[in-house]
Amino acid sequence: MTDHPGPPGTGDPPEETHRRPVRPYVITRGRSQPTRNTLRPETLLIATDPDRRLPPSAAVEQRRFLDVCRGLLSLSEAAEALRLPISVAAVVASDLVDAGHLTLRSNPPSSASDPTLLRALLDGLRRL
Amino acid sequence: MVSADSDLPSPAPSPAEPRRPAYVDDAVTRSAKLLVAGSFGVGKTTFISSVSEIRPLCTEAPMTTLSIGTDRLDGLDGKRTTTVAMDFGRITLLPRTAPPIVLYLFGTPGQQRFWNVWQGHGLASGAAGALVLVDTRRLGDSFEVLDQLETRVPDLPIAVAVNVFPDSPPHALATVHRKLDLLPHTPITSCVATRRDSSRDALVTLVEHALARSLEGGAS
Repeated sequence: MTDHPGPPGTGDPPEETHRRPVRPYVITRGRSQPTRNTLRPETLLIATDPDRRLPPSAAVEQRRFLDVCRGLLSLSEAAEALRLPISVAAVVASDLVDAGHLTLRSNPPSSASDPTLLRALLDGLRRL
Repeated sequence: MVSADSDLPSPAPSPAEPRRPAYVDDAVTRSAKLLVAGSFGVGKTTFISSVSEIRPLCTEAPMTTLSIGTDRLDGLDGKRTTTVAMDFGRITLLPRTAPPIVLYLFGTPGQQRFWNVWQGHGLASGAAGALVLVDTRRLGDSFEVLDQLETRVPDLPIAVAVNVFPDSPPHALATVHRKLDLLPHTPITSCVATRRDSSRDALVTLVEHALARSLEGGAS
């Protein structure tokens, strides 16, 4: 499998990286995967401290992302507000979480079938 | 056409300043997710619009897999790089015995070629269930969506809602259940996706089923 080299230093890229528009991956410095896999479209995010400044080296997308996340918002909504593909937004958010600028208000893992959650959803829906 | 569906990719957004979004109530401590699946034009966007507290949004996700096969509505054939629209909506729920929960609804076309995108974005994982909208005027369009859900996420609770259009022929739900070859326990209901209370009731049917499945041990 030497006829299919990826860009230097990226190992074996998934086939979908071919012909991908370039610009969003400049934002993510070439990465297509966030450093954590707990970020989902519905994951709630909020700036840890809206007054805390990013370092001067921070990318403009990181600044914008943090600015949009002054209030509680899901990853999908932040991506849409910034007009970023959700996969790109996940990478930007992940970096901000790692650096302590962004906080996840996340769900316990594997909670989607938790009867307590489902009962609460049901009650909430019936009260709409 | 009462129920428009905007699975079409929207025009490329202009590079502008970020919109100021409508924030989630700060009392919300957790989110949940349901999928609203169905073939093109079945009314997913209409359904989501009718119950969502925010304008349904379209996040463009890059789709770089070659479009294999044809899709008569989207005009994507032959393009190697395109985007796929992901409609979603939001409902803040106020259960009496639990803190507020924000429920997200994600519209998913469900055709095979979209699944790599959805799975890559964690769309299906963590969902509490999927509501499959069907149109009795073109039931055959729903088979692929149901097949994909049953194959890719076999543990995901599914309910089917017949979206009733003004010119839909009358069908007994039991007949539709049989024609779609649904599993015996899969509930089927009907709804008018333009009506909020009707869409809400369809979601109740789905979550009731998810709860029943959960209490019986989660086995399908």
